[in-house]
Amino acid sequence: MDNTLKNRHRKAKLFELLCALVTWLGVALLAVLIIQVCIDGFKWLDMQFITSFPSRFPYKAGIKSALMGTLWLISLVAFISIPIGVATALYLEEFMRKGRISRLIELNISNLAGVPSIVYGIIGLAIFVRGLGLERSLLSGALTMSLLILPVIIIASREAIKTVPNSIRYAAYALGATRLQTAWSHILPAASPGILTGIILSLSRAIGETAPLIMIGALTYVAFVPEGPMDAFSALPIQIYNWVSRPQQEFHELAAAAIIVLLAVLMILNATAIFIRHKTEQTLK
Amino acid sequence: MNAFNIVETLPKNLNPNLSLPQEHAPQEQVPQEHLLKLENLSISYSGRRAVKEVSFDIHKNKITSIIGPSGCGKSTLLRSINRMNDFIPDVTVEGTLSYNGQDLYGENVDPVEVRRKIGMVFQKPNPFPKTIYKNIAWGPSINGYGESIEELVERSLKQAALWNEVKDRLHESALSLSGGQQQRLCIARALAMAPDILLMDEPCSALDPISTAHIEDLLFELKAQYTIVIVTHNMQQAARVSDYTAFMEMGDLIEFGETQQIFTRPDNKRTEEYVTGRFG
Repeated sequence: MDNTLKNRHRKAKLFELLCALVTWLGVALLAVLIIQVCIDGFKWLDMQFITSFPSRFPYKAGIKSALMGTLWLISLVAFISIPIGVATALYLEEFMRKGRISRLIELNISNLAGVPSIVYGIIGLAIFVRGLGLERSLLSGALTMSLLILPVIIIASREAIKTVPNSIRYAAYALGATRLQTAWSHILPAASPGILTGIILSLSRAIGETAPLIMIGALTYVAFVPEGPMDAFSALPIQIYNWVSRPQQEFHELAAAAIIVLLAVLMILNATAIFIRHKTEQTLK
Repeated sequence: MNAFNIVETLPKNLNPNLSLPQEHAPQEQVPQEHLLKLENLSISYSGRRAVKEVSFDIHKNKITSIIGPSGCGKSTLLRSINRMNDFIPDVTVEGTLSYNGQDLYGENVDPVEVRRKIGMVFQKPNPFPKTIYKNIAWGPSINGYGESIEELVERSLKQAALWNEVKDRLHESALSLSGGQQQRLCIARALAMAPDILLMDEPCSALDPISTAHIEDLLFELKAQYTIVIVTHNMQQAARVSDYTAFMEMGDLIEFGETQQIFTRPDNKRTEEYVTGRFG
């Protein structure tokens, strides 16, 4: 008896160790990646790099158009996908009758979340670029990216809405509230931390995606800053992809520098979201 | 704390042998106003009947308690009165439930309208995760309350005997209150809608004895203005607070009558066994 108990403790300890090991393995890999990128790219990182257009001379090259393209793209994607995604989740959870059809939709949305991004690029090319004649514009790119991340936003928002206890719904309904009033005043605020997390994760994914943008024909060399949603554009991942595929060592280092900028944009975005989430959680307590 | 005094007088009332009167007391002389009339009301979940052909009247400005063992259908019955069962899929209601002569399950009855008139307090306190003030102000404000909401909040909190405890922290989260305070907040929230009827589904089952006493005191005071229907597991509570009692078992209404009569000389054997604690 005594022996088995000791054995069980040993197993528990071993399991804990294993979990710690894989956790730190992930962290270590990320750290190596970031350090490597910083070593390569840091010396290229200056104002000139950020404010210049791309060039075939590495010393003159910069990411102005790509950075602006990414900021434009991500704003448009957020503008399109957040309202559609949250409204869809709300409808599916709060308004739609549960049954075969709702299960079918649920299953398909989960499937869509697993479709490779290049497929979305093909859809975007067929529908937005050619079908609707939007050309290789920022709008085409943003619509394509929105399609790509919508399933993730919907799934995350639904999960967040599901965690809102029924007692809150009943409390509101018992006061003579309609479904809309209940959803707007109580369910969305209570679910907002979870919804925000989903939005951040998916927007972060959209920032880094390259394949669909290449597919719809985002430009790799852009010597102007987009001024509206109908302009042609480039984006940071495209610029990075383009530089990496050149033979010269300098361009590889430029790519590293661009990666640092991309990571910085990502971190600023995440930090803002965490801040907002923290704020909303505070008011709920 | 008058609820405690009542506790002491209870065992006498509860023992049928001690207080059985020689003859039947004269029945209610003045005809009571029926606010709600249940006629052959049956409620089923996916075809399984949870409430079977129940009929009784709920009198204005009285407290009616519904008692019975777990699963007897008393909560289901209560939730059907303000159409909260509508949110559960596959519920069917047969028979009639008339409120001021109007069938609550009639063709052109808006359940949202019903819930404005018939308020509800739930088993577990369920304040909104917002401030104390907003908890009360929200209901009236979405229903277009025209007068000063601030006064209404104060009045409702006073009615629920909570004002003195929270008046300096109206803009703090309702979740910072104790369980008993939260339940009184939920009562205040329901009262702010000025309902005709207040339904209470085991409102004290999650509370300690002191909080329970607070709420029972409150019920006596509210009776003057409201009609209250309370579901309770606690027989002493039913005996203490209610004017009428309905005893249910397995979905059937076994007996309905004045509380005094139900607890001292019930007509039905099962009722007697239940109120004297022999089962349930």
